[in-house]
Amino acid sequence: MSILRTDSITMKFGGLTAVSELSLNIPTNGIVGLIGPNGAGKTTIFNMITGVYTPTTGNIVFDKIDITGMKSHLITKNGIARTFQNIRLFKDLTVLDNVMIANHLRLKSNIMSSIFRTPDYREKEEHILKKSLQLLEQTGLLEYKDDKASSLPYGKQRKLEIARALATEPKLLLLDEPAAGMNPQESIELMEFVKEIRDAFDLSILMIEHHMQVIMGVCEKIYVLDYGVNIAEGNPEEIQNNPKVIEAYLGVDE
Amino acid sequence: MSYEIFLQHLSNGIALGSLYALIAIGYTMVYGILRLINFAHGDIFMIATYVMFYGVTMFFMPWGVAVVVAILLTGALGILVERLAYRPLRNSPRISVMISAIGASYLIENLSIVIFGGRPKAFPIPEFFNHVSHIGSISIPRANFFIPVITVVALIVLLYIVNKTKTGMAMRAVSKDYEAARLMGINVDNIISITFGMGSMLAAVGGVMWGIKYPNLIPLLGLMPGLKAFIAAVIGGIGNIKGAVLGGFLLGMSEIMIIAFLPSLTGYRDAFAFILLIAILLFKPDGLLGKNVTEKV
Amino acid sequence: MLNKNNLIKIGLIVVTGIVLAILNATLGRYSLRILNLAGIYIILGLSLNLINGFTGLFSLGHAGFMAVGAYASALLTMSPAQKSVNFFVKPIVPILANVEIGFLPAIIIGGFVAAIVGAILAAPILRLKDDYLAIATLGFGEIIRVIFTNTQSLTNGALGLKGLPSYTNTGYTWTIAILTIIFMFSLRRSSYGKAFMAIREDEIAAESMGIDLFKHKLLAFTIGSFFAGVGGALLAHLMGTIDPLMFRFLMTFNILLIVVLGEIGSISGTIVSAIIVTISMEWLRFLDGPIDLGFMVIHSVPGMRMVLFSLLLMIVILYYQHGLMGQDEITLEFLKSKLNKFKKKEA
Repeated sequence: MSILRTDSITMKFGGLTAVSELSLNIPTNGIVGLIGPNGAGKTTIFNMITGVYTPTTGNIVFDKIDITGMKSHLITKNGIARTFQNIRLFKDLTVLDNVMIANHLRLKSNIMSSIFRTPDYREKEEHILKKSLQLLEQTGLLEYKDDKASSLPYGKQRKLEIARALATEPKLLLLDEPAAGMNPQESIELMEFVKEIRDAFDLSILMIEHHMQVIMGVCEKIYVLDYGVNIAEGNPEEIQNNPKVIEAYLGVDE
Repeated sequence: MSYEIFLQHLSNGIALGSLYALIAIGYTMVYGILRLINFAHGDIFMIATYVMFYGVTMFFMPWGVAVVVAILLTGALGILVERLAYRPLRNSPRISVMISAIGASYLIENLSIVIFGGRPKAFPIPEFFNHVSHIGSISIPRANFFIPVITVVALIVLLYIVNKTKTGMAMRAVSKDYEAARLMGINVDNIISITFGMGSMLAAVGGVMWGIKYPNLIPLLGLMPGLKAFIAAVIGGIGNIKGAVLGGFLLGMSEIMIIAFLPSLTGYRDAFAFILLIAILLFKPDGLLGKNVTEKV
Repeated sequence: MLNKNNLIKIGLIVVTGIVLAILNATLGRYSLRILNLAGIYIILGLSLNLINGFTGLFSLGHAGFMAVGAYASALLTMSPAQKSVNFFVKPIVPILANVEIGFLPAIIIGGFVAAIVGAILAAPILRLKDDYLAIATLGFGEIIRVIFTNTQSLTNGALGLKGLPSYTNTGYTWTIAILTIIFMFSLRRSSYGKAFMAIREDEIAAESMGIDLFKHKLLAFTIGSFFAGVGGALLAHLMGTIDPLMFRFLMTFNILLIVVLGEIGSISGTIVSAIIVTISMEWLRFLDGPIDLGFMVIHSVPGMRMVLFSLLLMIVILYYQHGLMGQDEITLEFLKSKLNKFKKKEA
């Protein structure tokens, strides 16, 4: 069973082809890695999946629904959440508010009942609060709940981004370089954390990462991208021994 | 409408368009470098007309000297505004800088009301420009011939500076990537000052010609032309000097022509530019010639 | 429900009410007018703050939406006789000629008309960002004004409307102002308010959290326009006369000044700065008038007051980027201590 499938999607910016005829297949409950040198088009793929860009050609099917060209917020509503390579938290808001905002999309109250705090809204808000606090506890951020998001240390900010993404109740989570800027110890913790959330939230995960240790340690399947083209796919072992991959990463002697 | 009357309108449209174009260049240059709507630009333009007025009537300068003084003083004012109102906010959120720009504009306007008085003054027009050419049944004031010529000359000089000189290269570098330009050893602050100075001097040229065409001076006279010139810059593609000129001509021309063909809409004249702006932003947000402002998503 | 915090809040409202009642009974006509203006500027400041401060949409068209509210309500409250006196160039459109309704429904309708106009105008341009949005909304303000100048049989054009019933009083302005304050606090606390702030903080992230940018921006803009219309209606019935020139960009500028001085986004800051700005604007009015030096009279210098205010705005934005009140909301305790100090000073 696959949760997400892309059918040879291509993304062109003017004359530049950022991603070419890419077909991904993310198995339900799988953890899939997306690697490749800088500028290979990895984040562009995330942007296409989450509706920031519409692919020039090709289709994206998520959970049996064609989401090609769908608006970003609707894609999130359908169950895809993401984090960003350069952290994009709501900096001036508290950690708790960051997570509570991510519940807004599931709120079924209109604006007036939320302003006038109808009993029905209060009940929903109470539920969201409980859920958010629980999520913060699960991600080890509970003690920071009243701090400004921007005051958190870097690693915790990355975690908060994940917590915030989880709050939207996704079926598929896209992580864009979650280990960036982390030391080896933190990276190992992150690996465990990724597995934990997959099991706890019954997720599928697609992650972009440069730390090979993390990718090899946690992913069941890996896609390798170079200049927008998928040059290899397979399990960690296959990828590590693939000559094309080694070539892409290390260059080739001429 | 007869062919002759059409020509008459055409000549007015070209003249007004040239004026918008000259002011629009200043907006587009500043926007290209700082991503900032220099709200005070229209007021800087207004100051040039008053410098002319006081230069000629109070200091008895010959007209030509007054023009040079007006251009220099206005250029200096542009640089001063940047120093005082924008430079301290170089690393602040855009909304702060914009509020500062609006504040600077209001300060200049209100100071002008206080200093120059709210009563209209008459712009000194030299004898030379009082000449009106009669071609068939139409009469075209001499200014209508000179204004576009001066605009084109100013544009050529400017494009030469921007494209062929070292300073111009630095300006282009700063507008492409501010930080990288700084790291390459370009004195970014100087370049910004030069940009403001040049833009303001062009506005002064525009102001002088505006005065010849519309000699009624009031302290708020820069407001509408300023806004419209900015709109012209957006229409042409912000950050793009040729676009600003094209946008200016288009806007000036369509303002005159719409009123010429649909006189019942005369009262709505000041709304055209905004309607055109909104239409452009909706259907061609990068402007006609494409904007020269890169933004990473 | 009636915990200590709520009791304090209710107490605060009651105290404010009593203070206002006393002021209303003791102040002279001129001071009462300032008191009313302060209340109106609180409403206007908060409505712009909702759009600019909460949601981060830099809008400069506020005066236009105020104009809509002002005209809509005025056309509903003016007596048929008064209307026929006003509309001597061209008769008023027949539908409105004989309408005369009470003030409260007129205010509410004024607000709704402004909200509808705001929503219709804003819908196509909400995807614009920062300065583009600012210039487009500024355009709206101008377009509305130009339209009002030209629709002779609806708005009486440049002549404006004169002889509006002077319904606005302390009761109306301050009740509505206090309701607006409660509304804004409640909005900010709500899930929607938080979504607005998320949009302000980071649009891309907000959208990827499932927030429908268009819907939420439109909501913020519409609600803001509603209160602008309400404020415009109150202002119109305080002034007694309205014309399109009243709603120039200068009006938006004054409100922007209030919002910036009170720290963009802060509710209590906006309230305090609305009061300060209103009082000082009136107090400094002498600067604009003619000054008699005994041996000669200096011509009135209109604009001196605005010079001061533009300077003030510049100084605040350049040196106190977090407004005069600082960044945080004023808490109840803080307010109390400040109020005490202020009262001592007054005494």
